[in-house]
Amino acid sequence: MARRFLGKTTLYLLAIFGALVLAMPFIYLVSTAFTPNAYVLSIPPVLIPAHPTVQNFIDAWTTNNFGRYFINSAVVAGSSTAITVLFSAMLAFAFARYSFPGRTVLFYGMLLTLMIPTLVLIIPQFVLAKTLHLLDSLQGLVVVYSAGTALNVFLLRGFFEDIPQDLADAAAIDGAGIWTVFWQIMMPLARPALAAVTIFTFLTNWDEFPWALTSISSGDNFTLPIALQLFQQQHQTQYGVEFAASLIAVVPVIVVFILFQRHFVSGLASAAVKG
Amino acid sequence: MGSQVMKAPGGTAAVAPSYARRSRQLRRLVPIYLFLLPGMALFLTWQLYPLADAFVMSFFHWNLLEPSTFIGLNNYQRALSDPLFWQSLRNVVVYTVITVPGQMVLGLAAALLLDQSLRFRAVFRTLYYLPVITSWVVVSIMFTYLYNSQAGPLNYLLDDVLHIIPNYQIWLGDPNTALPSIATMGIWKGTGWNMVIFLAGLQSIPREVYEAAKVDGAGAIKRFTHITLPLLRPTTTFLVVVLVIGGLNTFIPVWIMTQGGPIHSTETILTYMYKKAFADIDLGYGAAISYLFTALIFLISVAEIRILRRRYEY
Repeated sequence: MARRFLGKTTLYLLAIFGALVLAMPFIYLVSTAFTPNAYVLSIPPVLIPAHPTVQNFIDAWTTNNFGRYFINSAVVAGSSTAITVLFSAMLAFAFARYSFPGRTVLFYGMLLTLMIPTLVLIIPQFVLAKTLHLLDSLQGLVVVYSAGTALNVFLLRGFFEDIPQDLADAAAIDGAGIWTVFWQIMMPLARPALAAVTIFTFLTNWDEFPWALTSISSGDNFTLPIALQLFQQQHQTQYGVEFAASLIAVVPVIVVFILFQRHFVSGLASAAVKG
Repeated sequence: MGSQVMKAPGGTAAVAPSYARRSRQLRRLVPIYLFLLPGMALFLTWQLYPLADAFVMSFFHWNLLEPSTFIGLNNYQRALSDPLFWQSLRNVVVYTVITVPGQMVLGLAAALLLDQSLRFRAVFRTLYYLPVITSWVVVSIMFTYLYNSQAGPLNYLLDDVLHIIPNYQIWLGDPNTALPSIATMGIWKGTGWNMVIFLAGLQSIPREVYEAAKVDGAGAIKRFTHITLPLLRPTTTFLVVVLVIGGLNTFIPVWIMTQGGPIHSTETILTYMYKKAFADIDLGYGAAISYLFTALIFLISVAEIRILRRRYEY
């Protein structure tokens, strides 16, 4: 009995130690964001600021324009996620339920790009965007993000394949075409899978860095990731404002995660099992 | 798009489809192709075409300023005799060799721990996952602060509190510690992801197997090495392949924390490729580097899958 109790205590201590190591940087992030800049980076480091302030958040949001970057990020991530999820669901559905010449080639073409680092494509994407006058614009970001459908198609295809055939057959007897079957039958059934894919896609697009870094050059079009990086380069000592801005970028992600945690874990697990 | 792919009912190939059948097929296929069109158009334009275009560019001297000239394999030869290319490759290999086992061991340990019936288990799992969902940009900025050479919390902890190091270390400014510092951060960020994948793997092992082993008198360690580890093999294979690709692809943390310095000690293939393409405007050379790199990743992944599968089968 005593041994059992000791064992349990050890487990709890280990779990708490791990949580501390993993959470400590965040604790610094939050506490520094609420610390007046003069007290940042003091020895010994202070975890609970003596004179907490929200001034850093005000400075970040207004004078340093992070309000605008937040809206840019929201517009870009929101619209590209909507497009990607819709298009990848359509592709996945067609690949899963219909046979047509070219199906195998197209599907494996998509899988092939999954093996290729996205940064490998960035040079030709840059040249193409330059030709099409899509550099330094939010539309240019949306277009390129929206093309990243391959992983979603791969995940959703498995889901559409698992939907019982009789449901689709019943609709086919009624003479329903591909659009009707897709919208009326498949999309409602696929809701949990779509939720998982939507969350992943949104977070990926919200955090995307290399393409924004490459294509965006004027301040009006900055998204949060590149604005954060540039701010860090230009104001290396203003950690309070920098961390307040980082929190502005991270908090929506954490909220989405906690709200939809269930979908996250199931989505990840299915990816691992399928892979 | 030949019609030979389509089989006539009954399985015999339609040798000379009648006009009526043809038009029936067409009427069936056109809506499907229209349905595929929007997603496929975007994918072909912005993913597959760039992939082919990069290949073509890699044979050219291409700098956007003057007309491109075909130079054959010149860019590839240049890469293979470029000491900085090899240094970058060595760096990403070192980074991968540190981070992949690091994340997997800690991730498995966390999964085993949080697979127990502990109170607040869900809270712990969420906490452990926080670094995973936080973007690389924010994590890199955060750790630049923690690693600060003058008054960073890490120096304070290791020197003033624990007295492990004799004096404050310039973590990111010293060629000896810069890469390991970034790799440590990589482990910190990735452990939670490994944990979630391992938890899914652990839950797929039937409890009865453990019960049976217990009855046979197998201790906890024996159960772990003889049941858990072998049955986690598919999970492990998946993780190794994905993590190695991720490690070799490291770009954002290096770009933000050190820009590849000091003296290229943290240069990765992708930061080097990026600098060549967009700072030196040497796009053809950048494309050649990225193609060499893609080929390498492909070979490594295939080799990993073969080796890990083979051992799994016996």
